[in-house]
Amino acid sequence: MINNEDVTRLQDAVQLSEVRGRSLWQDARVRFFRNKAAVAGLVVLILITCFALFGGFIAQYEPDFVDFTLMGANAYQGVPSVETGHYFGTDIDGRDLFARTVQGTKISLLVGIVGSLVAVIVGTLYGATAGYIGGRTDGIMMRTVDILMSIPFMFVLILMLVIFGRSILMLFIGIGLISWLNMARIARGQTLTIKNKEFVEAAIATGVSPFVIILRHIVPNLLGIVIVYATLLVPEMIIFESFISYLGLGVQEPNTSLGALINAGASQMTNGTLWMLFFPLTFFLITLFAFFFVGDGLRDALDPKDR
Amino acid sequence: MYSFVAKRLAVAIPTLLILIVFSFILMFAAPGGPFTGERPPPAAVLANIEARYGLDQPYWKQMWDYVFNVVVHFDFGPSFQYRDRTVNDVISQGFPVTLTYGAWSALVAVVVGVSLGIAAALKQNSWLDYLAVGVTIGAQALPNFVMAPVLVLVFTLWLGWLPGGGWNGGQWDHVILPVIALSTSYMASIARITRSSMLETMNSNFIRTALAKGLPMRRVIWKHALKPTLLPVISYLGPAVVGMITGSVVVDVFFSTGGIGQFFVNSAFNRDYAVIMGITILVGALTILFNLLVDVLYAWIDPKIRY
Repeated sequence: MINNEDVTRLQDAVQLSEVRGRSLWQDARVRFFRNKAAVAGLVVLILITCFALFGGFIAQYEPDFVDFTLMGANAYQGVPSVETGHYFGTDIDGRDLFARTVQGTKISLLVGIVGSLVAVIVGTLYGATAGYIGGRTDGIMMRTVDILMSIPFMFVLILMLVIFGRSILMLFIGIGLISWLNMARIARGQTLTIKNKEFVEAAIATGVSPFVIILRHIVPNLLGIVIVYATLLVPEMIIFESFISYLGLGVQEPNTSLGALINAGASQMTNGTLWMLFFPLTFFLITLFAFFFVGDGLRDALDPKDR
Repeated sequence: MYSFVAKRLAVAIPTLLILIVFSFILMFAAPGGPFTGERPPPAAVLANIEARYGLDQPYWKQMWDYVFNVVVHFDFGPSFQYRDRTVNDVISQGFPVTLTYGAWSALVAVVVGVSLGIAAALKQNSWLDYLAVGVTIGAQALPNFVMAPVLVLVFTLWLGWLPGGGWNGGQWDHVILPVIALSTSYMASIARITRSSMLETMNSNFIRTALAKGLPMRRVIWKHALKPTLLPVISYLGPAVVGMITGSVVVDVFFSTGGIGQFFVNSAFNRDYAVIMGITILVGALTILFNLLVDVLYAWIDPKIRY
């Protein structure tokens, strides 16, 4: 005889011992959150994003407001202080450095994110297409990438900035032009291993068109590695933009970016206004390191082979 | 071997031509010529000037003349801003400077980076290893436009040991800071690559065999371990040198060394297309040539490469 009590107990036991399956993504999340440096990086990134988005409300001045009484006198009157409302001091033109650092951080983050978005979209599709089609097409497509990669792009971009005028839009176009190259290589390499898997064969057998196979079956399987490299690409793009802005060729006044602010600070070092270098530089380095740590953490979490 | 070099040349030369043609097309796309400034000269004068620089010719003829002169005579034509000078004058004035500290930087990056990497690998998990790993992680993320002002701040303004700019005919004390600013991040990357490569090599069977048959450690390292260790370093040299060439622009501007980078940025502000294009093409040629050298060196050291 089986009494009811036994049955329920059995059911409980079955339920308890049932292993809850974990997807690749859940696994990755667990691994990521176990990595202290990566979590710290993520927290810092969130804080910096908040600073860039909402710092403007805390700032007592507009970033392009020029206090003429402080112009040229910032070495002794524009010192960082809470009382005057210039939390980070003022620059040589009497503008509030806090507001400008907020603005610079915003632009630098924007550049980094747009650059890596372009890389993700263009690079992934290009690489996946080249890898999936293979043969001659692959050869030509990847040769093109090789050729483009061996061109010193910083110089070509500066040439373009000179010719078409210096603007943020031009900077975005320039960054978009180069950022996808490495991603295309990575995506192609991954595609080569994925395309011989059974599920792709099954899709081919059922008559799915190559384009749909790339979009529905190849690209989703590339996502892990793509996310890792996209995160690591953001700081690269920020450095790239800052490099150009540092030379004065990138973001133009009254807009600013961290690179332009570092340049302004570096050129005023002998004036004793070291805060002009210190604050932008600190934000720049913290942002970079945070992205590096998050990227490394994501790599360990999503791409365990590559340790 | 010869066929390998020939094959690589077959890619390198078209790449360079594409770069030249691309920069030229960009120049035609520019709104306004180099002489139509804020106050354009009278039409007759403009026509005369344009005739002097060959700008009245049809585009294809201009392009052909330019490419022909560059390729056959090594002649980049007259500068548009410095009326009495040619682009060749500008390059021959600035290039030796850039080449001097560039070569030193490359040497320092390779020698220090490789030694540090090998030392860290041989004493794995010692204080030396931790120090090396810590320094390299920090230094790798520091772009040269951050390094340069910080170095000047410490060594010029605070300690007063070294001059913060100028070239002075390449006197040693004027060379040190540019070399450190340019080489540090590459030195760090090379050290990191060497360390992991050396660790892998020292764990391989042929090293164990060499040690087992009683060879002294020094001989094992020099005769057996060094060559395979250096392979990834060599393949990194290509991108490293491209980065250093780009970085030299910042060093030139910040330290006022008078290298081609300074002319490049000045010309970018003056819309001196001729100088920008000349330098872009020169740098492109150098990059492509160097990548070719690295490939050949790699194939020569690594017998597994098929060519």
